[in-house]
Amino acid sequence: MALLEIKGLKAYYGQIEALHGFDLSLEEGEITAVLGANGAGKTTTLRAICGMVKSAGSITVEGENVVGMSTEAIVAKHKIAHVPEGCGTFVRVSQEENLRLGAVTRRYREIEKDYERVYHYFPRLKERRNQQAGTLSGGEQQMLAVGRALMLRPKIMLLDEPSFGLAPIITEELFRILGQINRDEGVSMLVVEQNANLALAISKNAYLLETGNVAMTGPADQIMDDEQVRKSYLGY
Amino acid sequence: MDLFIEQTVSGLATGAIYACLALAVVMIYQAIDHFNFAQGEMAMFSTYIAWYLMDDAGLGLPFWVAFVVCIVISFIGGAAIERIVFAPISDAPVLSHIIVFIALFSMFNSLAGFLFDFTPKNFETPFGHTPFIEGVISSHRVGMIAVTLVMLGMIYAFFRFTPIGLAMRAAAAAPESARLVGVRVGFMLALGWGLAASVGAVAGMLIAPITFLTPDMMLGTLLYGFAGAVVGGLTSPLGAVIGGFMVGILENWMGTFVVGSQLKLTVALVLIIVVLLVKPAGLLGRVVVKRV
Ligand SMILES: Nc1ncnc2c1ncn2[C@@H]1O[C@H](COP(=O)(O)OP(=O)(O)OP(=O)(O)O)[C@@H](O)[C@H]1O
Ligand SMILES: [Mg+2]
Repeated sequence: MALLEIKGLKAYYGQIEALHGFDLSLEEGEITAVLGANGAGKTTTLRAICGMVKSAGSITVEGENVVGMSTEAIVAKHKIAHVPEGCGTFVRVSQEENLRLGAVTRRYREIEKDYERVYHYFPRLKERRNQQAGTLSGGEQQMLAVGRALMLRPKIMLLDEPSFGLAPIITEELFRILGQINRDEGVSMLVVEQNANLALAISKNAYLLETGNVAMTGPADQIMDDEQVRKSYLGY
Repeated sequence: MDLFIEQTVSGLATGAIYACLALAVVMIYQAIDHFNFAQGEMAMFSTYIAWYLMDDAGLGLPFWVAFVVCIVISFIGGAAIERIVFAPISDAPVLSHIIVFIALFSMFNSLAGFLFDFTPKNFETPFGHTPFIEGVISSHRVGMIAVTLVMLGMIYAFFRFTPIGLAMRAAAAAPESARLVGVRVGFMLALGWGLAASVGAVAGMLIAPITFLTPDMMLGTLLYGFAGAVVGGLTSPLGAVIGGFMVGILENWMGTFVVGSQLKLTVALVLIIVVLLVKPAGLLGRVVVKRV
Protein backbone atom coordinates (compact mmCIF):
# COMPACT_ATOMS: atom_id res chain seq x y z
CA MET A 1 0.00 0.00 0.00
CA ALA A 2 1.13 3.51 -0.78
CA LEU A 3 2.28 5.85 2.00
CA LEU A 4 -0.62 8.16 1.21
CA GLU A 5 -3.68 6.64 -0.41
CA ILE A 6 -6.73 8.72 -1.29
CA LYS A 7 -9.95 7.04 -2.37
CA GLY A 8 -13.15 8.74 -3.51
CA LEU A 9 -12.16 12.08 -1.99
CA LYS A 10 -14.87 14.70 -1.80
CA ALA A 11 -14.44 18.07 -0.12
CA TYR A 12 -16.96 20.71 0.82
CA TYR A 13 -17.00 24.43 1.46
CA GLY A 14 -20.38 24.76 3.10
CA GLN A 15 -22.87 23.45 0.54
CA ILE A 16 -20.41 23.63 -2.32
CA GLU A 17 -18.68 20.42 -3.31
CA ALA A 18 -15.17 21.37 -4.44
CA LEU A 19 -13.76 17.88 -5.00
CA HIS A 20 -15.98 15.28 -6.61
CA GLY A 21 -14.54 11.96 -5.51
CA PHE A 22 -11.20 11.03 -7.03
CA ASP A 23 -8.34 8.71 -6.16
CA LEU A 24 -4.72 9.70 -5.70
CA SER A 25 -1.71 8.00 -4.19
CA LEU A 26 1.79 8.96 -3.12
CA GLU A 27 4.41 6.24 -2.86
CA GLU A 28 7.01 6.23 -0.12
CA GLY A 29 10.10 8.24 -1.06
CA GLU A 30 8.65 9.65 -4.25
CA ILE A 31 7.70 13.08 -5.51
CA THR A 32 4.30 13.41 -7.15
CA ALA A 33 3.17 16.53 -8.97
CA VAL A 34 -0.38 17.86 -8.91
CA LEU A 35 -1.16 20.19 -11.79
CA GLY A 36 -4.27 21.99 -12.86
CA ALA A 37 -5.79 25.32 -13.78
CA ASN A 38 -6.84 27.93 -11.20
CA GLY A 39 -9.73 26.67 -9.14
CA ALA A 40 -9.20 23.04 -10.13
CA GLY A 41 -9.00 21.98 -6.48
CA LYS A 42 -5.26 21.54 -5.91
CA THR A 43 -5.13 23.56 -2.72
CA THR A 44 -8.31 21.93 -1.51
CA THR A 45 -6.76 18.51 -1.98
CA LEU A 46 -3.78 19.41 0.18
CA ARG A 47 -6.03 20.99 2.77
CA ALA A 48 -8.18 17.87 2.88
CA ILE A 49 -5.14 15.72 3.58
CA CYS A 50 -4.39 17.91 6.61
CA GLY A 51 -7.95 17.89 7.86
CA MET A 52 -8.52 21.57 7.15
CA VAL A 53 -11.65 21.20 5.06
CA LYS A 54 -14.68 19.04 5.56
CA SER A 55 -14.24 15.95 3.43
CA ALA A 56 -15.64 12.49 2.68
CA GLY A 57 -14.07 9.36 1.24
CA SER A 58 -10.88 7.98 2.68
CA ILE A 59 -7.40 9.42 3.10
CA THR A 60 -5.13 6.70 4.38
CA VAL A 61 -1.72 7.65 5.73
CA GLU A 62 0.55 4.83 6.85
CA GLY A 63 -2.50 2.60 6.94
CA GLU A 64 -4.68 4.90 9.05
CA ASN A 65 -7.69 6.78 7.75
CA VAL A 66 -7.23 10.42 8.79
CA VAL A 67 -10.55 11.81 7.58
CA GLY A 68 -12.19 13.41 10.61
CA MET A 69 -8.97 13.72 12.62
CA SER A 70 -7.89 17.18 13.75
CA THR A 71 -5.13 18.96 11.82
CA GLU A 72 -2.91 19.05 14.90
CA ALA A 73 -3.20 15.31 15.39
CA ILE A 74 -2.54 14.46 11.74
CA VAL A 75 0.56 16.66 11.64
CA ALA A 76 1.96 15.37 14.90
CA LYS A 77 1.19 11.70 14.37
CA HIS A 78 1.99 11.20 10.71
CA LYS A 79 4.68 13.86 10.32
CA ILE A 80 2.97 15.64 7.47
CA ALA A 81 4.46 19.08 6.86
CA HIS A 82 2.27 21.40 4.85
CA VAL A 83 3.86 24.39 3.13
CA PRO A 84 0.71 26.38 2.47
CA GLU A 85 -0.20 28.77 -0.32
CA GLY A 86 1.40 32.08 0.67
CA CYS A 87 3.98 30.51 3.02
CA GLY A 88 2.02 30.73 6.29
CA THR A 89 4.84 32.74 7.87
CA PHE A 90 4.42 33.77 11.50
CA VAL A 91 5.16 37.38 10.70
CA ARG A 92 5.48 38.85 14.18
CA VAL A 93 8.13 36.50 15.49
CA SER A 94 11.73 36.06 14.42
CA GLN A 95 12.84 33.84 11.60
CA GLU A 96 14.42 31.35 13.97
CA GLU A 97 11.27 31.26 16.10
CA ASN A 98 9.44 30.30 12.91
CA LEU A 99 11.75 27.33 12.62
CA ARG A 100 11.18 26.56 16.30
CA LEU A 101 7.44 26.51 15.63
CA GLY A 102 7.97 24.01 12.86
CA ALA A 103 9.29 21.63 15.51
CA VAL A 104 6.65 22.47 18.11
CA THR A 105 5.44 18.87 18.28
CA ARG A 106 8.92 17.51 18.92
CA ARG A 107 11.01 17.33 22.04
CA TYR A 108 13.40 20.18 22.74
CA ARG A 109 16.60 18.15 22.93
CA GLU A 110 16.07 16.49 19.55
CA ILE A 111 15.82 19.67 17.53
CA GLU A 112 19.03 21.55 18.37
CA LYS A 113 20.96 20.22 15.38
CA ASP A 114 18.03 20.57 13.00
CA TYR A 115 18.55 24.33 12.74
CA GLU A 116 21.94 23.64 11.19
CA ARG A 117 20.33 21.12 8.87
CA VAL A 118 17.95 23.79 7.59
CA TYR A 119 20.78 26.31 7.22
CA HIS A 120 22.72 23.72 5.27
CA TYR A 121 19.99 23.71 2.63
CA PHE A 122 19.27 27.44 2.90
CA PRO A 123 22.47 29.28 3.89
CA ARG A 124 20.74 32.61 3.25
CA LEU A 125 18.44 32.03 6.19
CA LYS A 126 21.32 31.75 8.63
CA GLU A 127 22.33 35.38 8.22
CA ARG A 128 18.81 36.44 9.02
CA ARG A 129 18.04 34.26 12.01
CA ASN A 130 16.98 37.11 14.30
CA GLN A 131 15.15 39.18 11.72
CA GLN A 132 11.41 39.55 12.20
CA ALA A 133 9.94 37.03 9.77
CA GLY A 134 7.37 39.43 8.32
CA THR A 135 10.18 41.60 6.99
CA LEU A 136 11.82 38.81 4.98
CA SER A 137 11.47 39.00 1.21
CA GLY A 138 8.95 36.79 -0.55
CA GLY A 139 11.67 34.39 -1.67
CA GLU A 140 13.19 34.23 1.80
CA GLN A 141 9.77 33.52 3.29
CA GLN A 142 9.26 30.70 0.82
CA MET A 143 12.61 29.19 1.85
CA LEU A 144 11.68 29.72 5.48
CA ALA A 145 8.40 27.86 4.87
CA VAL A 146 10.28 24.88 3.47
CA GLY A 147 12.78 25.14 6.33
CA ARG A 148 9.96 25.21 8.86
CA ALA A 149 8.51 22.10 7.24
CA LEU A 150 11.91 20.39 7.54
CA MET A 151 11.98 21.10 11.28
CA LEU A 152 9.18 18.57 11.71
CA ARG A 153 11.45 15.86 10.28
CA PRO A 154 8.53 15.10 8.00
CA LYS A 155 7.66 11.84 6.28
CA ILE A 156 5.48 13.69 3.82
CA MET A 157 5.75 17.26 2.59
CA LEU A 158 2.78 18.93 0.95
CA LEU A 159 3.94 21.92 -1.07
CA ASP A 160 1.38 24.39 -2.41
CA GLU A 161 2.91 26.40 -5.25
CA PRO A 162 6.35 26.82 -3.70
CA SER A 163 7.47 28.83 -6.73
CA PHE A 164 4.76 31.44 -6.30
CA GLY A 165 6.22 34.92 -6.69
CA LEU A 166 9.81 33.76 -7.03
CA ALA A 167 12.28 34.89 -9.69
CA PRO A 168 12.95 32.10 -12.23
CA ILE A 169 16.49 31.56 -11.03
CA ILE A 170 15.39 31.25 -7.39
CA THR A 171 12.63 28.86 -8.42
CA GLU A 172 15.11 26.57 -10.11
CA GLU A 173 17.33 26.71 -7.04
CA LEU A 174 14.37 25.86 -4.82
CA PHE A 175 13.38 22.85 -6.92
CA ARG A 176 16.96 21.62 -6.95
CA ILE A 177 16.92 21.77 -3.14
CA LEU A 178 13.56 20.01 -2.96
CA GLY A 179 14.98 17.20 -5.08
CA GLN A 180 18.00 17.05 -2.78
CA ILE A 181 15.82 16.87 0.35
CA ASN A 182 13.84 14.09 -1.25
CA ARG A 183 16.99 12.08 -2.04
CA ASP A 184 18.95 12.80 1.15
CA GLU A 185 16.17 12.38 3.67
CA GLY A 186 13.71 10.19 1.85
CA VAL A 187 10.89 12.68 2.33
CA SER A 188 7.90 11.93 0.09
CA MET A 189 6.40 15.02 -1.52
CA LEU A 190 3.17 16.09 -3.09
CA VAL A 191 3.92 19.23 -5.10
CA VAL A 192 1.20 21.51 -6.41
CA GLU A 193 2.59 23.78 -9.10
CA GLN A 194 1.72 26.20 -11.86
CA ASN A 195 5.27 25.87 -13.07
CA ALA A 196 4.56 22.44 -14.56
CA ASN A 197 7.94 21.98 -16.25
CA LEU A 198 9.95 22.21 -13.08
CA ALA A 199 7.51 20.17 -11.04
CA LEU A 200 7.37 17.39 -13.61
CA ALA A 201 11.15 17.36 -13.89
CA ILE A 202 11.62 16.29 -10.26
CA SER A 203 8.48 14.13 -10.05
CA LYS A 204 7.99 10.46 -10.75
CA ASN A 205 4.23 10.60 -11.16
CA ALA A 206 1.78 13.36 -11.86
CA TYR A 207 -1.92 14.11 -11.60
CA LEU A 208 -3.84 16.61 -13.63
CA LEU A 209 -6.88 18.05 -11.83
CA GLU A 210 -9.81 19.64 -13.61
CA THR A 211 -12.74 21.16 -11.70
CA GLY A 212 -12.52 18.81 -8.76
CA ASN A 213 -11.70 15.62 -10.64
CA VAL A 214 -8.58 13.86 -11.84
CA ALA A 215 -8.47 14.41 -15.60
CA MET A 216 -5.27 12.50 -16.23
CA THR A 217 -2.61 10.63 -14.31
CA GLY A 218 0.56 8.74 -15.11
CA PRO A 219 4.35 8.87 -14.97
CA ALA A 220 5.62 12.44 -15.05
CA ASP A 221 7.59 12.07 -18.27
CA GLN A 222 4.55 10.68 -20.05
CA ILE A 223 2.39 13.56 -18.84
CA MET A 224 5.06 15.97 -19.98
CA ASP A 225 4.93 14.53 -23.49
CA ASP A 226 1.17 14.58 -23.72
CA GLU A 227 -0.03 16.89 -26.51
CA GLN A 228 -3.01 18.20 -24.53
CA VAL A 229 -1.04 18.90 -21.39
CA ARG A 230 1.68 20.66 -23.32
CA LYS A 231 -0.80 22.97 -24.97
CA SER A 232 -2.73 23.81 -21.80
CA TYR A 233 -0.10 23.83 -19.08
CA LEU A 234 3.38 23.91 -20.49
CA GLY A 235 2.84 26.46 -23.21
CA TYR A 236 4.77 24.93 -26.06
CA MET B 1 4.76 70.06 44.69
CA ASP B 2 4.33 67.49 47.47
CA LEU B 3 0.78 66.91 46.37
CA PHE B 4 1.94 66.44 42.80
CA ILE B 5 4.50 63.80 43.79
CA GLU B 6 2.03 62.04 46.04
CA GLN B 7 -0.64 61.93 43.36
CA THR B 8 1.81 60.74 40.74
CA VAL B 9 3.19 57.95 42.87
CA SER B 10 -0.20 56.72 44.04
CA GLY B 11 -1.36 56.93 40.42
CA LEU B 12 1.44 54.58 39.60
CA ALA B 13 0.04 52.12 42.15
CA THR B 14 -3.52 52.15 40.82
CA GLY B 15 -1.99 52.23 37.35
CA ALA B 16 -0.45 48.85 38.15
CA ILE B 17 -3.96 47.46 38.57
CA TYR B 18 -5.14 49.03 35.33
CA ALA B 19 -2.06 47.62 33.64
CA CYS B 20 -2.99 44.10 34.80
CA LEU B 21 -6.55 44.42 33.57
CA ALA B 22 -5.45 46.01 30.31
CA LEU B 23 -3.03 43.14 29.78
CA ALA B 24 -5.73 40.54 30.51
CA VAL B 25 -8.10 42.23 28.08
CA VAL B 26 -5.45 42.50 25.37
CA MET B 27 -4.36 38.87 25.74
CA ILE B 28 -7.88 37.74 25.00
CA TYR B 29 -8.47 40.41 22.37
CA GLN B 30 -5.46 39.17 20.42
CA ALA B 31 -6.75 35.63 20.44
CA ILE B 32 -10.44 36.15 19.66
CA ASP B 33 -10.71 39.78 18.44
CA HIS B 34 -13.22 40.72 21.11
CA PHE B 35 -13.16 42.75 24.31
CA ASN B 36 -13.97 40.60 27.30
CA PHE B 37 -16.40 42.86 29.15
CA ALA B 38 -16.60 40.29 31.93
CA GLN B 39 -12.86 40.44 32.71
CA GLY B 40 -13.45 42.77 35.66
CA GLU B 41 -16.25 40.66 37.09
CA MET B 42 -14.16 37.53 36.73
CA ALA B 43 -11.41 39.32 38.68
CA MET B 44 -13.92 40.44 41.31
CA PHE B 45 -15.19 36.89 41.73
CA SER B 46 -11.62 35.60 42.06
CA THR B 47 -11.07 38.15 44.79
CA TYR B 48 -14.10 36.83 46.67
CA ILE B 49 -12.62 33.34 46.38
CA ALA B 50 -9.38 34.65 47.88
CA TRP B 51 -11.36 36.35 50.64
CA TYR B 52 -13.16 33.08 51.40
CA LEU B 53 -9.85 31.21 51.45
CA MET B 54 -8.29 33.53 54.03
CA ASP B 55 -11.20 34.82 56.10
CA ASP B 56 -11.81 33.24 59.49
CA ALA B 57 -15.39 32.59 58.42
CA GLY B 58 -13.97 30.63 55.49
CA LEU B 59 -10.83 28.50 55.43
CA GLY B 60 -8.56 30.85 57.34
CA LEU B 61 -5.47 30.30 55.18
CA PRO B 62 -2.48 32.65 55.39
CA PHE B 63 -2.50 35.47 52.81
CA TRP B 64 0.18 34.18 50.46
CA VAL B 65 -1.21 30.64 50.44
CA ALA B 66 -4.65 32.00 49.60
CA PHE B 67 -3.03 34.26 46.99
CA VAL B 68 -1.45 31.33 45.15
CA VAL B 69 -4.46 29.02 45.50
CA CYS B 70 -6.71 31.79 44.18
CA ILE B 71 -4.45 32.25 41.16
CA VAL B 72 -4.62 28.53 40.42
CA ILE B 73 -8.39 28.37 40.82
CA SER B 74 -8.82 31.43 38.60
CA PHE B 75 -6.59 29.89 35.98
CA ILE B 76 -8.67 26.72 35.89
CA GLY B 77 -11.89 28.74 35.91
CA GLY B 78 -10.75 30.97 33.04
CA ALA B 79 -9.66 27.99 30.95
CA ALA B 80 -12.96 26.24 31.68
CA ILE B 81 -14.96 29.29 30.59
CA GLU B 82 -13.12 29.27 27.27
CA ARG B 83 -13.67 25.55 26.71
CA ILE B 84 -17.30 25.44 27.83
CA VAL B 85 -18.66 28.79 26.68
CA PHE B 86 -16.43 30.25 23.97
CA ALA B 87 -15.00 27.30 22.07
CA PRO B 88 -18.47 26.29 20.78
CA ILE B 89 -19.22 29.80 19.49
CA SER B 90 -15.79 30.62 18.07
CA ASP B 91 -17.18 31.08 14.56
CA ALA B 92 -20.34 32.88 15.66
CA PRO B 93 -20.89 36.56 14.82
CA VAL B 94 -19.72 39.41 17.06
CA LEU B 95 -23.14 39.86 18.59
CA SER B 96 -23.19 36.34 20.03
CA HIS B 97 -19.90 37.03 21.74
CA ILE B 98 -21.14 40.29 23.18
CA ILE B 99 -24.25 38.63 24.54
CA VAL B 100 -22.19 35.92 26.19
CA PHE B 101 -19.87 38.52 27.71
CA ILE B 102 -22.85 40.39 29.13
CA ALA B 103 -24.31 37.13 30.43
CA LEU B 104 -21.04 36.25 32.16
CA PHE B 105 -20.85 39.76 33.54
CA SER B 106 -24.22 39.67 35.25
CA MET B 107 -23.78 36.03 36.27
CA PHE B 108 -20.59 36.71 38.21
CA ASN B 109 -21.98 39.91 39.63
CA SER B 110 -25.18 38.37 40.97
CA LEU B 111 -23.46 35.17 42.02
CA ALA B 112 -21.00 37.13 44.15
CA GLY B 113 -23.86 39.05 45.74
CA PHE B 114 -25.82 35.88 46.32
CA LEU B 115 -22.95 33.89 47.82
CA PHE B 116 -21.18 36.60 49.79
CA ASP B 117 -23.89 39.33 50.14
CA PHE B 118 -23.51 42.92 49.04
CA THR B 119 -22.04 44.51 52.17
CA PRO B 120 -18.49 45.76 51.58
CA LYS B 121 -15.85 43.53 53.14
CA ASN B 122 -12.43 44.33 54.43
CA PHE B 123 -9.69 42.66 52.41
CA GLU B 124 -6.45 41.96 54.19
CA THR B 125 -3.09 43.15 52.90
CA PRO B 126 0.21 41.53 53.82
CA PHE B 127 1.99 44.86 53.33
CA GLY B 128 0.05 46.90 55.88
CA HIS B 129 -1.29 50.43 55.43
CA THR B 130 1.54 52.23 57.19
CA PRO B 131 3.32 54.98 55.25
CA PHE B 132 6.29 53.67 53.29
CA ILE B 133 7.60 57.15 52.58
CA GLU B 134 5.82 59.65 54.81
CA GLY B 135 3.32 61.73 52.84
CA VAL B 136 4.13 60.04 49.54
CA ILE B 137 3.15 56.39 49.43
CA SER B 138 1.84 53.69 51.73
CA SER B 139 3.43 50.30 52.12
CA HIS B 140 0.45 48.58 50.50
CA ARG B 141 0.78 50.67 47.37
CA VAL B 142 4.47 49.84 47.16
CA GLY B 143 3.45 46.19 47.46
CA MET B 144 0.94 46.63 44.64
CA ILE B 145 3.58 47.98 42.32
CA ALA B 146 6.15 45.36 43.31
CA VAL B 147 3.83 42.38 42.92
CA THR B 148 2.60 43.67 39.56
CA LEU B 149 6.12 44.18 38.25
CA VAL B 150 7.20 40.71 39.34
CA MET B 151 4.15 39.16 37.69
CA LEU B 152 4.57 41.13 34.47
CA GLY B 153 8.21 40.06 34.35
CA MET B 154 7.21 36.43 34.72
CA ILE B 155 4.58 36.70 32.01
CA TYR B 156 7.04 38.39 29.69
CA ALA B 157 9.63 35.66 30.24
CA PHE B 158 7.00 32.99 29.71
CA PHE B 159 5.87 34.35 26.35
CA ARG B 160 9.33 35.30 25.21
CA PHE B 161 11.43 32.33 26.20
CA THR B 162 9.32 29.18 26.53
CA PRO B 163 8.09 26.96 23.67
CA ILE B 164 4.54 27.02 25.03
CA GLY B 165 4.61 30.81 25.17
CA LEU B 166 5.78 30.89 21.57
CA ALA B 167 3.07 28.42 20.55
CA MET B 168 0.46 30.56 22.31
CA ARG B 169 1.61 33.65 20.44
CA ALA B 170 1.48 31.73 17.16
CA ALA B 171 -1.98 30.35 17.91
CA ALA B 172 -3.35 33.81 18.66
CA ALA B 173 -1.73 35.54 15.69
CA ALA B 174 -2.20 32.90 12.98
CA PRO B 175 -4.39 29.99 14.07
CA GLU B 176 -4.43 28.31 10.64
CA SER B 177 -0.66 28.27 10.27
CA ALA B 178 -0.31 27.26 13.89
CA ARG B 179 -2.51 24.19 13.34
CA LEU B 180 -0.42 23.27 10.33
CA VAL B 181 2.72 22.99 12.42
CA GLY B 182 0.83 20.95 15.00
CA VAL B 183 0.00 23.58 17.65
CA ARG B 184 -3.12 22.56 19.55
CA VAL B 185 -4.83 25.89 19.05
CA GLY B 186 -7.89 25.17 21.21
CA PHE B 187 -5.68 24.17 24.12
CA MET B 188 -3.59 27.32 23.71
CA LEU B 189 -6.71 29.50 23.72
CA ALA B 190 -7.82 27.88 26.97
CA LEU B 191 -4.37 28.52 28.46
CA GLY B 192 -4.63 32.15 27.36
CA TRP B 193 -7.99 32.57 29.07
CA GLY B 194 -6.61 30.90 32.18
CA LEU B 195 -3.63 33.25 32.25
CA ALA B 196 -5.82 36.30 31.70
CA ALA B 197 -8.10 35.23 34.54
CA SER B 198 -5.07 34.76 36.82
CA VAL B 199 -3.72 38.20 35.96
CA GLY B 200 -7.17 39.64 36.71
CA ALA B 201 -7.25 37.78 40.02
CA VAL B 202 -3.95 39.34 41.07
CA ALA B 203 -5.29 42.77 40.15
CA GLY B 204 -8.42 42.16 42.20
CA MET B 205 -6.52 40.97 45.26
CA LEU B 206 -4.22 43.99 45.10
CA ILE B 207 -6.91 46.63 44.71
CA ALA B 208 -9.43 45.16 47.16
CA PRO B 209 -7.61 46.39 50.31
CA ILE B 210 -8.07 49.93 48.99
CA THR B 211 -11.58 49.80 47.53
CA PHE B 212 -13.08 47.22 49.90
CA LEU B 213 -14.54 44.07 48.49
CA THR B 214 -17.97 44.47 46.87
CA PRO B 215 -19.56 42.89 43.81
CA ASP B 216 -19.29 46.24 42.03
CA MET B 217 -15.67 46.97 42.91
CA MET B 218 -14.37 46.35 39.38
CA LEU B 219 -16.84 48.43 37.37
CA GLY B 220 -14.79 51.63 37.32
CA THR B 221 -11.50 49.81 37.46
CA LEU B 222 -12.21 47.80 34.32
CA LEU B 223 -13.12 50.98 32.48
CA TYR B 224 -9.70 52.41 33.35
CA GLY B 225 -8.20 49.09 32.28
CA PHE B 226 -9.95 49.38 28.92
CA ALA B 227 -8.67 52.92 28.61
CA GLY B 228 -5.16 51.66 29.28
CA ALA B 229 -5.53 48.96 26.66
CA VAL B 230 -6.81 51.43 24.08
CA VAL B 231 -4.11 53.98 24.85
CA GLY B 232 -1.36 51.39 24.53
CA GLY B 233 -2.78 49.75 21.48
CA LEU B 234 -5.08 46.75 21.54
CA THR B 235 -2.59 44.66 19.62
CA SER B 236 0.34 45.21 21.95
CA PRO B 237 0.60 43.62 25.41
CA LEU B 238 3.54 45.86 26.32
CA GLY B 239 1.58 48.89 25.11
CA ALA B 240 -1.38 47.86 27.25
CA VAL B 241 0.80 47.68 30.36
CA ILE B 242 2.37 51.07 29.70
CA GLY B 243 -1.07 52.46 28.89
CA GLY B 244 -2.43 51.14 32.18
CA PHE B 245 0.25 52.91 34.20
CA MET B 246 -0.27 56.12 32.23
CA VAL B 247 -4.01 56.07 32.80
CA GLY B 248 -3.44 55.58 36.54
CA ILE B 249 -1.25 58.67 36.74
CA LEU B 250 -3.45 60.71 34.43
CA GLU B 251 -6.51 59.81 36.48
CA ASN B 252 -4.92 61.26 39.60
CA TRP B 253 -3.61 64.39 37.91
CA MET B 254 -6.95 65.16 36.32
CA GLY B 255 -8.86 64.30 39.48
CA THR B 256 -6.67 66.47 41.72
CA PHE B 257 -5.74 69.40 39.54
CA VAL B 258 -8.28 69.69 36.74
CA VAL B 259 -11.75 68.20 36.89
CA GLY B 260 -12.11 67.05 40.51
CA SER B 261 -12.87 63.58 41.75
CA GLN B 262 -16.51 63.66 40.65
CA LEU B 263 -15.58 63.56 36.97
CA LYS B 264 -12.63 61.20 37.21
CA LEU B 265 -14.36 58.30 35.54
CA THR B 266 -15.40 60.53 32.66
CA VAL B 267 -11.72 61.08 31.99
CA ALA B 268 -11.34 57.39 31.18
CA LEU B 269 -14.22 57.50 28.72
CA VAL B 270 -13.03 60.69 27.06
CA LEU B 271 -9.58 59.19 26.79
CA ILE B 272 -10.93 56.08 25.08
CA ILE B 273 -12.89 58.14 22.58
CA VAL B 274 -10.07 60.57 21.85
CA VAL B 275 -7.52 57.82 21.29
CA LEU B 276 -9.87 55.88 19.05
CA LEU B 277 -10.53 59.01 17.00
CA VAL B 278 -7.01 60.36 16.79
CA LYS B 279 -4.75 57.33 16.87
CA PRO B 280 -6.79 54.11 16.76
CA ALA B 281 -3.68 51.93 16.84
CA GLY B 282 -2.64 53.40 20.19
CA LEU B 283 0.93 53.95 21.33
CA LEU B 284 2.49 50.67 20.31
CA GLY B 285 -0.22 48.88 18.38
CA ARG B 286 -0.18 48.06 14.71
CA VAL B 287 -2.72 49.39 12.30
CA VAL B 288 -4.87 46.40 11.47
CA VAL B 289 -6.38 46.33 8.04
CA LYS B 290 -9.34 44.01 7.92
CA ARG B 291 -9.89 42.24 4.63
CA VAL B 292 -13.53 42.06 3.69
N1 LIG C 1 -13.02 29.00 1.41
C1 LIG C 1 -13.71 28.67 0.31
N2 LIG C 1 -15.05 28.84 0.27
C2 LIG C 1 -15.76 28.50 -0.82
N3 LIG C 1 -15.24 27.99 -1.93
C3 LIG C 1 -13.92 27.79 -1.96
C4 LIG C 1 -13.08 28.12 -0.85
N4 LIG C 1 -11.81 27.81 -1.16
C5 LIG C 1 -11.85 27.32 -2.41
N5 LIG C 1 -13.10 27.30 -2.90
C6 LIG C 1 -13.51 26.82 -4.23
O1 LIG C 1 -13.07 25.50 -4.39
C7 LIG C 1 -12.57 25.32 -5.70
C8 LIG C 1 -11.15 24.78 -5.65
O2 LIG C 1 -10.31 25.76 -5.08
P1 LIG C 1 -8.77 25.55 -4.81
O3 LIG C 1 -8.28 26.66 -3.95
O4 LIG C 1 -8.56 24.19 -4.32
O5 LIG C 1 -8.16 25.70 -6.27
P2 LIG C 1 -6.65 25.62 -6.75
O6 LIG C 1 -6.57 24.50 -7.72
O7 LIG C 1 -5.73 25.59 -5.61
O8 LIG C 1 -6.51 26.99 -7.53
P3 LIG C 1 -5.27 27.98 -7.64
O9 LIG C 1 -4.38 27.46 -8.70
O10 LIG C 1 -5.90 29.28 -8.08
O11 LIG C 1 -4.62 28.08 -6.32
C9 LIG C 1 -12.68 26.65 -6.41
O12 LIG C 1 -13.84 26.61 -7.22
C10 LIG C 1 -12.85 27.64 -5.30
O13 LIG C 1 -13.67 28.71 -5.69
MG1 LIG D 1 -4.33 26.86 -4.85
